[in-house]
Amino acid sequence: MAYALQQLINGITLGMIYGLIAVGYTMVYGIIGMINFAHGDVFMIGAFLSLIALTGLGMLGITYVPLALFLTLIFAAGIAALYGWTIERVAYRPLRGSFRLAPLISAIGMSIALQNFAQVAQGARDKNLPELIPGGFKIFEENGFVVQLSWMQIVITVVTVALLGLFTWLVTKTSLGRAMRACEQDMKMTSLLGIDVNRTIGLTFVIGAALAAVAGLLFLLYYGSINFYIGFNAGVKAFTAAVLGGVGSLPGAVIGGLAIGLIEAFWSGYASVEYKDVAAFSVLIVVLIFMPTGLLGRADVEKV
Amino acid sequence: MIKALKDAGISALIALGIFGAMVGLPSVVGEGGKLSLDPQPWTVAIIVAVVFIGRLGMVLWQANRKPRVKAKSAAHSKYTISNVAGPLLLIVAVVLPMAGDRYLIDVGVLVMTYVMLGWGLNIVVGLAGLLDLGYVAFYAVGAYSYALLAQTFGLGFWTCLPLAGLLAAFWGMLLGFPVLRLRGDYLAIVTLAFGEIIRVVLLNWTQLTGGPNGISGIPRPTLFGLKFTLGDGPDTFAGFFHLTPSVTYRVAFLYYVIFGLALLTNWVSSRLRRLPLGRAWEALREDEIACRALGINVTTTKLTAFAIGACFGGFAGAFFATRQAFISPESFTFIESAIVLAVVVLGGLGSQIGVALAAIVMIGGGEVFRDFNEYRMLIFGLALVVVMVVRPRGLVSGRTPSVSLGKGVHIAADMMSQGHG
Amino acid sequence: MAEVLLSVDRLTMRFGGLLAVNAVSFEVRAGDITALIGPNGAGKTTVFNCITGFYKPTGGRIIMHRPNGGDLELAGMPGFLINQRAKVARTFQNIRLFAGMTVLENLMVAQHNTVMPNVARGLLAVFGLGNFRHLEAAAIEKARHWLDRVGLIERADEPAGSLPYGAQRRLEIARAMCTDPRILCLDEPAAGLNPRESDELSALLMSIRDDGCAVLLIEHDMGVVMRISDHVIVLDHGVGLADGTPTEIKANKHVIAAYLGEEDPEDIAEIVA
Repeated sequence: MAYALQQLINGITLGMIYGLIAVGYTMVYGIIGMINFAHGDVFMIGAFLSLIALTGLGMLGITYVPLALFLTLIFAAGIAALYGWTIERVAYRPLRGSFRLAPLISAIGMSIALQNFAQVAQGARDKNLPELIPGGFKIFEENGFVVQLSWMQIVITVVTVALLGLFTWLVTKTSLGRAMRACEQDMKMTSLLGIDVNRTIGLTFVIGAALAAVAGLLFLLYYGSINFYIGFNAGVKAFTAAVLGGVGSLPGAVIGGLAIGLIEAFWSGYASVEYKDVAAFSVLIVVLIFMPTGLLGRADVEKV
Repeated sequence: MIKALKDAGISALIALGIFGAMVGLPSVVGEGGKLSLDPQPWTVAIIVAVVFIGRLGMVLWQANRKPRVKAKSAAHSKYTISNVAGPLLLIVAVVLPMAGDRYLIDVGVLVMTYVMLGWGLNIVVGLAGLLDLGYVAFYAVGAYSYALLAQTFGLGFWTCLPLAGLLAAFWGMLLGFPVLRLRGDYLAIVTLAFGEIIRVVLLNWTQLTGGPNGISGIPRPTLFGLKFTLGDGPDTFAGFFHLTPSVTYRVAFLYYVIFGLALLTNWVSSRLRRLPLGRAWEALREDEIACRALGINVTTTKLTAFAIGACFGGFAGAFFATRQAFISPESFTFIESAIVLAVVVLGGLGSQIGVALAAIVMIGGGEVFRDFNEYRMLIFGLALVVVMVVRPRGLVSGRTPSVSLGKGVHIAADMMSQGHG
Repeated sequence: MAEVLLSVDRLTMRFGGLLAVNAVSFEVRAGDITALIGPNGAGKTTVFNCITGFYKPTGGRIIMHRPNGGDLELAGMPGFLINQRAKVARTFQNIRLFAGMTVLENLMVAQHNTVMPNVARGLLAVFGLGNFRHLEAAAIEKARHWLDRVGLIERADEPAGSLPYGAQRRLEIARAMCTDPRILCLDEPAAGLNPRESDELSALLMSIRDDGCAVLLIEHDMGVVMRISDHVIVLDHGVGLADGTPTEIKANKHVIAAYLGEEDPEDIAEIVA
């Protein structure tokens, strides 16, 4: 029981991070219908930017943790947003309205480039960061097994929920959100109505990248170690989460993220750590066989 | 001019933002694992300057460029180019090992492997329009099938080759059966997931696959029982033909093996394209709903494409195992699937000659940059982006009709669909 | 009266809370052109999609009476089997040709099951085995025949997507006919055609009927419907409103009301009078 509770806590924390990345996938997929393969690598860049910022702030003598974290968050999200915008501008916009597979290959190229860019610029070694938010509190103890809820896990949950709340408000209540949803429905018509489609799509990438960078920061804080390769695995998991939840659906992305996080945590806890990825992917395949558009995806009636 | 300067200035600012921290502030691990930053202001300054000048030049060039009238006959002329390029490439491919340059032949083997994989995947992606991001799984199944059959039962390459293909096709059907009704990118992510599952299993099922250590000592192929070892006994190639033993013979033999396999792939898929099955694949890519209304069993048709594509992937995998004599899960990562898919899309979906050209450009081109080490993949990734932006339809686009009453006319690519599955 | 080919019995189709088709019954007779008419949103295309297997009906039966006696229940049968076994072919409201394939190839794809009876035979053909060559030649002959009839023989080797609109409509009909149907279902074949093309279409449909293939068509062009139909079925809001010969339908008060949007049939009678 105690062990299960601990896995639940760990799974939710991991799921929150996946969910944050998945939102970027799902938004981009919803609006231009492409898998933004480079998104996982933007997450990785975000983690590196956070590492740089935290180290730099440390060297400058800013050691008050909340302030340092806040500044890092702003910095990483801001620069990553610039990455998101530039990637869209350089690699995807010229291919808008082109054939389906061209942007996908372009995205894969971008992903390879970003990965190797980080390797060249920041080195191939694992970078470790000392724990910034140590401690936590004991929930209860059972037969000598202590169920821990760390402050870090609380921070991750609070930040994720706050950001997702903000983001949901943005998409449902603001004119930018309305423009995004209009583009999703019919891009040509939206542009005829005088909405700058390019700007809307660019902003979608900006938001997605900023959220991915926050996820990168949280990942760095939680695991304390990053390298240039983390983007691929996290990206694939987050995309799996987005598909599992139903691409295009925001709550779906979060639920999918939580599902993947929980599957991994419980499988690692009770079966084998090595096969946790197999478990996550198998669940994806099984879910899609029975619900071909994911958990919350609209079951589209085929137009004949 | 002022507008151009402003434009270039903004680009430079963006470059500063992008490269400022990532390049300008590399994190270094100091003593005791303590992190510190090692500022590189000059590198950033150079990059920003290059972006500024580059953007300025580009804006000015675009402003002064005369608007070009698009040649209407472009598609047609390309068709003739590919007619000439085909036989030419074939001749070059046949005589390549005669040069006797071991490095060149090695590169040839590598390129030819990707040509074969590209042709195999082309059946699935190019003809049937099904996006498969896990093609490497079948490549892995073929490689491990041969390695394990050879190690466990002592079977030779030529016996195992068809078995490896069949096993790969079997796995293709196993995966394909439940998931082929998924549409679009759902199918893509499931195939990707399948590829990862296979890799993770290979990595962790240590008793069977040797885990991360892989399998070594995989036997080399023989030519009608003649070995290509460096001895000169009567059962070796050199000994039988009274030649001086040389590694080059073996490499050249391997080259011709993969060349033959690639030609087989090409022959089967080109022929299928002109048969009802291939025609149904292409119809499926164009419009699945119409296919159903015409009585075509969509599931079976997709499954055959998947299985035949997987089968060729398995052949190529078995060859890879025999060539390397050593395999490990590291060789079967997603990046391999991505490269093969890029070969297919860059070549022009469905175009056989295009795929061959793309493999030569990408894999051969990659070899040219081998000395750049860590920059190689960076350049490779950026090149993919640039090529796609410049030629989104690939090098050789469009298709030749599979049947015609009179003279077959080349069909331009913009008529064609790329499928939704 | 000719034998009944297809009987639709209390066909019902529900999408979530929306009742698109509510207990509609009608029959299609051999040698007839049967028209299915009604205002937009009446559920005509939904009925088509149920008959051709694209939707699985929520209720009711669709029975195909085959000449050799065996009855076939079409409700819930996969679309491709309906074409193969029950010999029902269809066209689509928004034309669905294989745009990147030539006109001839479109017709060859339609004969897929004749040329390639099963996968094994299809694969053997790679090595030149089986009687593939013979079947293929026969298929080309049939394609030629239909290209002649729809006047597209000159354009056989052009990509279907490059044909003008009217020719695409005719090609879609030819393609459906290449599957040797007993019933040809046409979803608004005259939409977007000019008067001359409409006349050609009418002639084509009548010649298809005279060859022994029943035609079931959805059409808004009342000129075409009244001229060529032997039998008209009217749907409104998912319910069968009337069923009869064109002359009977023209005089039916309910039909006029449905088309003019009047609530009370008595008022309509006055207007018409």
